[in-house]
Amino acid sequence: MRISNILLMVIFPVTAFAEWETNMPRGVTPTSEVAYDLHMLIFYITVVIGILVFGAMLYSIIYHRKSLGHEPAKFHESTKVEIIWTVIPFIILVGMAVPATKALIMMEDTRDSEITLKVTGYQWMWQYEYLEDNVTFFSKIDTESNTARRLNSGVDVKNVNNYLRNVDNAVVLPINTKVRILLTANDVIHAWWVPELGGKKDAIPGYVNEIWVDIQEPGTYRGQCAELCGKDHGFMPIVVHAVSKPEYYKWVGIQKTNKFAKNK
Amino acid sequence: MSTNIDKLHDDHHHTPTGIMRWITTTNHKDIGSMYLWFSLIMFFVGGLMALVIRAELFQPGLQLVVPGFFNQMTTMHALVMIFGAVMPAFVGLANWQLPIMIGAPDMALPRLNNWSFWILPFAFTMMLSTLFMDSGGPAAGWTLYPPLSLQGGDSFPYTILAIHMLGLSSILGAINVIATILNMRAPGMTLMKMPIFVWTWLITAFLLIASMPVLAGAVTMLLTDKFFGTMFFTASGGGDPVMFQHIFWFFGHPEVYILILPAFGIVSTIIPAFSRKRLFGYDSMVYATASIALLSFIVWAHHMFTVGMPLAGEIFFMFTTMLIAIPTGVKVFNWVATMWRGSMTFETPMLFAIAFIVLFTIGGFSGLMLAMVPADFQYHDTYFVVAHFHYVLVPGAVFAIMAAVYYWLPKWTGKMYNEGLGKLHFWLTTIFVNLTFFPMHFVGLAGMPRRIPDYAVQFADFNAIASVGAFGFGLSQLVFVYILFNTLKKDVTAEDKVWDGAEGLEWTLSSPPPYHSFEEAPKVD
Repeated sequence: MRISNILLMVIFPVTAFAEWETNMPRGVTPTSEVAYDLHMLIFYITVVIGILVFGAMLYSIIYHRKSLGHEPAKFHESTKVEIIWTVIPFIILVGMAVPATKALIMMEDTRDSEITLKVTGYQWMWQYEYLEDNVTFFSKIDTESNTARRLNSGVDVKNVNNYLRNVDNAVVLPINTKVRILLTANDVIHAWWVPELGGKKDAIPGYVNEIWVDIQEPGTYRGQCAELCGKDHGFMPIVVHAVSKPEYYKWVGIQKTNKFAKNK
Repeated sequence: MSTNIDKLHDDHHHTPTGIMRWITTTNHKDIGSMYLWFSLIMFFVGGLMALVIRAELFQPGLQLVVPGFFNQMTTMHALVMIFGAVMPAFVGLANWQLPIMIGAPDMALPRLNNWSFWILPFAFTMMLSTLFMDSGGPAAGWTLYPPLSLQGGDSFPYTILAIHMLGLSSILGAINVIATILNMRAPGMTLMKMPIFVWTWLITAFLLIASMPVLAGAVTMLLTDKFFGTMFFTASGGGDPVMFQHIFWFFGHPEVYILILPAFGIVSTIIPAFSRKRLFGYDSMVYATASIALLSFIVWAHHMFTVGMPLAGEIFFMFTTMLIAIPTGVKVFNWVATMWRGSMTFETPMLFAIAFIVLFTIGGFSGLMLAMVPADFQYHDTYFVVAHFHYVLVPGAVFAIMAAVYYWLPKWTGKMYNEGLGKLHFWLTTIFVNLTFFPMHFVGLAGMPRRIPDYAVQFADFNAIASVGAFGFGLSQLVFVYILFNTLKKDVTAEDKVWDGAEGLEWTLSSPPPYHSFEEAPKVD
């Protein structure tokens, strides 16, 4: 396990983050891409509306002031105008609803997956079960981060490798494969979220939720629990290594051998 | 002269003096003032908690508090600000303003009024006392989601009882508001002639009565789950943890509008006054407020898009949520149309009202983005959401409350505040509020979840900026306190009609108004 992890790290260098990142990542799955495109579409629409509305306000503030001797106009109602600014926003909303609904239907379609990964949230770690290949392991924050994050640990967290975003056992998934992820929890509600793989879903005791990923690019993708789950909610990272299919099956093989060796 | 007569008149009442005056008072102005002072104190208590949060988040790594205490701070900050600062401030404004805006001597149910206020200090004493217990205060977030909230220690029943008392206080206050508005208007003041602030409060009061008992039901079920072996929300016993979220947000979404509709009323009062022009589209403002209130009951699940609802449910709640943009847009357009070709001046209340429109609209834009379910799967439970609701609550609700205080303070006290200091307070507050909350959009989009005491280092820079902003914002509010005390020290000099563009019955009374406001009902035509 350890050796294969190190191997993977060497082949796929850690994703670099810009320090002043201001936007959502476009990500590497069809679902993260539609989410990003929709996000940008709505963002630009609101920017245009904002420029128009705030522009009108600013013009008014500059020119329609008493100190310039501007006399107040007398108008105070117009049914026609009210209808116009009810109908136009409605049309814009329909224009937004159509792509949003299409994207949503695509995101919720978990059929025809090749691999099923079951994720169970615990306070405060994740359990991963590869249902077809019968591989199971727990994944929790790595020791280096876990030491550094203690109150007044004296460690400069800037020197810690992927501080709070590194785990002992990472998830390995094949690229260009539709993977269905089943989410549940054993104690309280958690949420499994890797931004670059698309949206999050809650892991809820008594429920099995579904999402799917189809990773297009090999790499290491990092995320963390996104639903308040107690005192160590901030310390439940998720790391996904995306590798080619042959490498994935090689990894599965190693896991099975290790398991066999342990049981012996 | 008239002030002298009123003062003589007051002497007939033989009201108790000292502390007993405030404990026994049934006067709407005394109670309104107590609500407002209480709210100000809670604003600072909740603000201190926010500063603990921001101090810890100033740098990555844990420097000041342990994660458990951090969670108590986020939970308490929300409860204190929502139930202790914003809601009582609006009720205080309602107490002061409703009678003098509709031409009534007092609220319809004065003893009930006293009771609704005096529940609050006890409720908050109980809630805040949990912070000093061995197991600490509630730490599951103000939304109290089970099963996590059921893991709470000794604070749990205290918090629930405090929430019950707050709900009781709100319901009693709302009943009083409805009784006053429906029964005590001056002759000739038909519903469609009421000041817009009165309208927004009438609708808010109905929202309170409809939603508060739902919260009471939800937290009572939590209580029985914890202590009496029921399994409403416990999956292992056949219960459903998601059901709590549905019930909670059926209260929670109307609650959001309880926190903003009176603010709409305030801004709709102040913008016309300083534009020297009548409010554009009064009727459509009333209809828009009513539509927002009705829609607020069918959008609750947009707070929980990630719980794994059926596709049809997600689409339904996405569409209804998007619809809210229409009446809200109508309001913003009407405010801009009111300013358009007016004759504007920019005193402190107007500055806060204009900032409200701009910054609230920015919060509305991010709200629209959050309504898009596919994108919300990314935004949900990140700092993007934190940025969104702070934009609608701080430069939204809180700015409107500040605007209202500056606008009516000379009426209430007969004393004019220092305009220069007021403007200083406005600019400091506006700059720091954006410095605090705007960077939160960025870290949220970049992947920082909310309610975490420590974060990965790529979020460090914007968090440092937000923390600097938060401390600046907190310190700027000391200017506000100084302005208040400085004003109260002054002599009574304000005119009856303080603002030349102001309209409404309250400006026909003396400043400060007589003890029983309108002893004889004024005529409205």
